Amino acid sequence: MKKQVSLSKEYAKGLWDQNPVFKQVLGMCPTLAVTVSAMNGIAMALATTFVLVFSSFIISLIRKLIPSQVRIASYIVIIATFVTIVDLVMRAQFPDLSKALGPYIPLIVVNCVILGRQEAFAAKNNPLRSVLDALGMGTGFMLALASLGGIREIIGSRTLLGMQVLPDAFEPWLVMILPAGAFLTLGLMMGFLNSLVERRKRRDEAAVLAQHMRTPAAAMLEGQEG
Amino acid sequence: MKTIVAMLVTLSLIGVVSGGGLAMLSSWADPLIAANKKADTERAIFLVQPSAKSYEKVEKVAFELYRVFDETKNPLGYALPWEGNGFQGKVRMMVGVSADLNTITAIEVLDQVETPGLGTKVTEEPFRKQFQGLVAVPQVDWVKGVPPTKENEIQTITGATISSKAIVGIVNDGLAHLRKDMAQGGAQ
Repeated sequence: MKKQVSLSKEYAKGLWDQNPVFKQVLGMCPTLAVTVSAMNGIAMALATTFVLVFSSFIISLIRKLIPSQVRIASYIVIIATFVTIVDLVMRAQFPDLSKALGPYIPLIVVNCVILGRQEAFAAKNNPLRSVLDALGMGTGFMLALASLGGIREIIGSRTLLGMQVLPDAFEPWLVMILPAGAFLTLGLMMGFLNSLVERRKRRDEAAVLAQHMRTPAAAMLEGQEG
Repeated sequence: MKTIVAMLVTLSLIGVVSGGGLAMLSSWADPLIAANKKADTERAIFLVQPSAKSYEKVEKVAFELYRVFDETKNPLGYALPWEGNGFQGKVRMMVGVSADLNTITAIEVLDQVETPGLGTKVTEEPFRKQFQGLVAVPQVDWVKGVPPTKENEIQTITGATISSKAIVGIVNDGLAHLRKDMAQGGAQ
């Protein structure tokens, strides 16, 4: 048995280190399609998180009972069940939201974030860890979709969560709420975030290197290499 | 053999449990969903027939049609849900028309996937307002770039000509079907 990571880390890894959108680049279809406004992004992420948490919990509970030959089929049936629950409840209680998200709610079934977590995590870990992992991934997904939706909404229609934040003098960039805007925003955000990571990594490397330079062993090593 | 049985049993069990659960949920959600849909239709009917007080579904026609009445149950006209192709997808509308089918009372766009900011202007007040009291015989016409001169004309939106024309087309198509049906005595 490999060393277990702490429970809080199990949750936190989904936020950034393994963020489903920015790091794993999974679930691109809803990410690009529904983020025309922050509210849509948040609603989509909430629906996805609900499905993710409950599927992870159930699958983790019965992981030892499912024969490995039919595991994918079983996962899909369980995921589809929870997606249908979300779809029915939304159509019954939140018809406007349901209309705004349209076909993307049923499409959560094939969201690879969800199936990916079942196969990569819930199928191998206990229910508690699986739920924490699912919550973390869901939160990471929410962060990504809300920020993407927020940026597109502010620039594309001058509003944030339906409230006007930019003056009328600002001409909204229509392209931002069209599909092209999704690709532009996601690409630029990913590039920016990765450049931050890259810069930090390089600084850390430089710090480590500088430290080693001072020790005699490193100096010797340097000498040999030179 | 043992694996095959295990596979069958597991998948069947999961299927039965999921199906059972969803059936229960569905029996709770279905009436609510139907009520939401009805409320949507009702809202649209009174939007396109602002002076109406009550309505009933016309049963004898092959398409969906509502007849609306004033306080004293006099028929005021019809509310006709109709759809057609817009710029990049289906446009669903509610068309309000007077009892003699000659004048449009108002229109409302229910569903559309037009270009945000351009085509979606057809759902906004300034465009829809042109249809209030518009004469619909022999048909609704459109002009581009100049204010309308005839009483059955509307002006298309700059940058959304195709969407504007689509709306006019849907209105004409729907009314044509309604007139044909009336001529055969179906809607009476």
